[in-house]
Amino acid sequence: MEDQTETIDEIMGCYPEKPEYLIFLLQDVQSAYGYISPESMQAVSDHAGVPITQAYSVATFYQSFRLEPKGEHEVRVCLGTACHLKGGSRIVEELERKLNINAGETTEDMMYTLDTVNCVGACALAPVMLVDETYETNMTAMKIGKILKKTKTK
Amino acid sequence: MINGNTALTIDNVRLNSHTDLDALRQKIIDSHDPDQPEVLVCHGTGCIANGSKEVIAAFKKICADSDIDVKVMPGIKATGCQGLCSKGPLLRINPQGLFYQQVKPADVEEIIQKTIIENEPVERLLYKDPKTGEAIHTEEEIPFYNLQERIILKNIGKIDPTDIHDKIAAGGYQALAKALTTMSPEEVVAEVTNSGVRGRGGAGFPTGRKWQGALKAVEKKGGPVYVVVNGDEGDPGAFMDCAIMEGDPHAVLEGLILGAYALGAHKGYLYIRAEYPLAVKHLEMAMEQARAHGLLGDNILNSGFSFDAQINRGAGAFVCGESTALFTSIEGKAGTPRPKYVRSVEEGLWGNPTVLNNVETWANIPLIIEKGADWYSKIGVPKSTGTKVFCLVGKVNNVGLVEVPMGSPITKIVDEIGGGIPSGKPFKAVQTGGPSGGCIPNELKNTPMDFDSLTEAGAMMGSGAMIVMDEHDCVVDVGRYFLRFLEEESCGKCIPCRLGLTKMREILDNFSSGKGSEQDIEDLESLAKAIQDGALCALGTSAPNPCLTTIKFFKEEYLAHVNDQKCPAGVCKDLITYSIDPDACTGCRSCARQCPQDCISGKKKEVHIIDEQNCIRCGICMDTCKFNAVLVS
Repeated sequence: MEDQTETIDEIMGCYPEKPEYLIFLLQDVQSAYGYISPESMQAVSDHAGVPITQAYSVATFYQSFRLEPKGEHEVRVCLGTACHLKGGSRIVEELERKLNINAGETTEDMMYTLDTVNCVGACALAPVMLVDETYETNMTAMKIGKILKKTKTK
Repeated sequence: MINGNTALTIDNVRLNSHTDLDALRQKIIDSHDPDQPEVLVCHGTGCIANGSKEVIAAFKKICADSDIDVKVMPGIKATGCQGLCSKGPLLRINPQGLFYQQVKPADVEEIIQKTIIENEPVERLLYKDPKTGEAIHTEEEIPFYNLQERIILKNIGKIDPTDIHDKIAAGGYQALAKALTTMSPEEVVAEVTNSGVRGRGGAGFPTGRKWQGALKAVEKKGGPVYVVVNGDEGDPGAFMDCAIMEGDPHAVLEGLILGAYALGAHKGYLYIRAEYPLAVKHLEMAMEQARAHGLLGDNILNSGFSFDAQINRGAGAFVCGESTALFTSIEGKAGTPRPKYVRSVEEGLWGNPTVLNNVETWANIPLIIEKGADWYSKIGVPKSTGTKVFCLVGKVNNVGLVEVPMGSPITKIVDEIGGGIPSGKPFKAVQTGGPSGGCIPNELKNTPMDFDSLTEAGAMMGSGAMIVMDEHDCVVDVGRYFLRFLEEESCGKCIPCRLGLTKMREILDNFSSGKGSEQDIEDLESLAKAIQDGALCALGTSAPNPCLTTIKFFKEEYLAHVNDQKCPAGVCKDLITYSIDPDACTGCRSCARQCPQDCISGKKKEVHIIDEQNCIRCGICMDTCKFNAVLVS
């Protein structure tokens, strides 16, 4: 916990105390911890000089902010147009069945978070999914089991 | 960096004049032996996803470990997107200009031995003409490339985007130096106006007129003016702005500085989509290097003009591509649009005059200034000048980045440059303009791709995504896809968009489950009209386009979902059934093992049967079957 306070102070030290830096602050907090805790939200809104309701309004408006901790591995399936046409939603459905969660949720063992994204710009290789930062291309439902197994052994 | 060592021999000095810039350019060019081999590895998002980072690592390792003669020791560069994404990872080897495709780390040793040392091509890595099967050696001979006119993409794929010296050698910042030393701000505005360039973000507003509008507002009320780059490329299926920012960040930056000079702005913002971390990184590096060279910051090129910019990363909201929403987001708030009784050029960021242009538009500015409005306005068609970069994706053979003069017919892009669709049949439709655009059927394949012709067809240029569809793509499903996308991305501020889109999507849901009616089509059209008239911003007013164009051009397919209870393309789950062709099935049990419902029965070497009642139509059996024995009807 002590570490966390230190890092939050470091992040806040990078930005002037102005409302226009609210999004920057939230982004940096999220990339440091993977999500924005109620304590961080309070600290960030105090620093930017905005009411905490406004900080929540911003954090819930934009898709990239997360208010719950995420799983150890983040599985993101692209649902851009090219991926949709080539069966991206079938990949999501199979992942939902295999992980027993819905898109947007995290498994109970905190191992996986499943998300969908609107185009990652790798349309030539559709359908595409990302496991953490690794691209899995020309996806089929059959490949999923093996890919998930690979993350467990890492 | 050229040959990997120029940064060590050429100082990062501040440039104080056009002469300084030219001298540096000459020094960089002279330090580069044109006969020295050079390996350019594509590091666009597509090629990275395909493993190009591993390829470059293999080159570096093998070169370091081997005892290659220093004369042929290749320079190794990671470049931006080389364009033909479907054949990645791509490689270009100079001085021969050889073009290699689908290169794997295991090929690297052979490339070094054969091509770099023995000067012989590696045949199997060359591009093969799909019709004749003949190997083609250089990029310039490949139809995908030589049918294009690449002026914006000219340097992308050839320069190292992380090294300003590579850009300066290619002529970077010449337009800026020219403007600062020989042109007044008014002359820059006039040049841009005369070029006829229109905004590449979608609506196609004339850029020069936008700039003049901002100048008038400054005259009227004073105050600072801002210049902003719209890099919030949210159209799914569009990645050209991403490729430009990643592959030639200085082009965007130079355009922005030129705009700032023309408008008298001293502060600029680059608003970049959250999902493009590499674009952010390359632009950050570009800005840092430009500052060190006196091309950005105080007293640029000792001209007395000062300007600086900062990057704002988006946080994942499609609506922030809309001008007023984008400004609200830069101000640190939730990005919802506001009514535009007063245009955003007059009251933009913090209520001040602001010029917002798209990434590609900014990248056009240096070309216009350097080569002149006359040269520029001769490219394209009279009302849509210049070129346009398109992302050609979907069911097409050559997927990638395509740049053609404005007004090129769809068929040239899809059938000639794109090489047609994989089945060899005519394409069914092309979706242009993403969620704001429409589906153009094959019958209209001669439609010129320019702002006005597309609007006339009911579609829209949008940012330039072209998604090619074949007979296995259902137009009802595509309409639903875009409506669902927009429904999720609607900020919820105005009722026509928030409720209207949901209602439209619900009606399309009915169609896809066979419950729609002809009356529903009328209801869709009337709802669409209300949304077009009543929504607050362009996200809402253009949202019905994809659905409306599919109704306009493919009404029969809609009706087939109702009257015949069929989805002719075999996509809508409630209207299809999977079965097994007894003649093709070998009884391998592969589909039965994969079926998540365990609803495929049949012993080994006997024909299998799908239990229709339990089937959830996930399609896994069809993907699994190697004998094409699973049929959909």
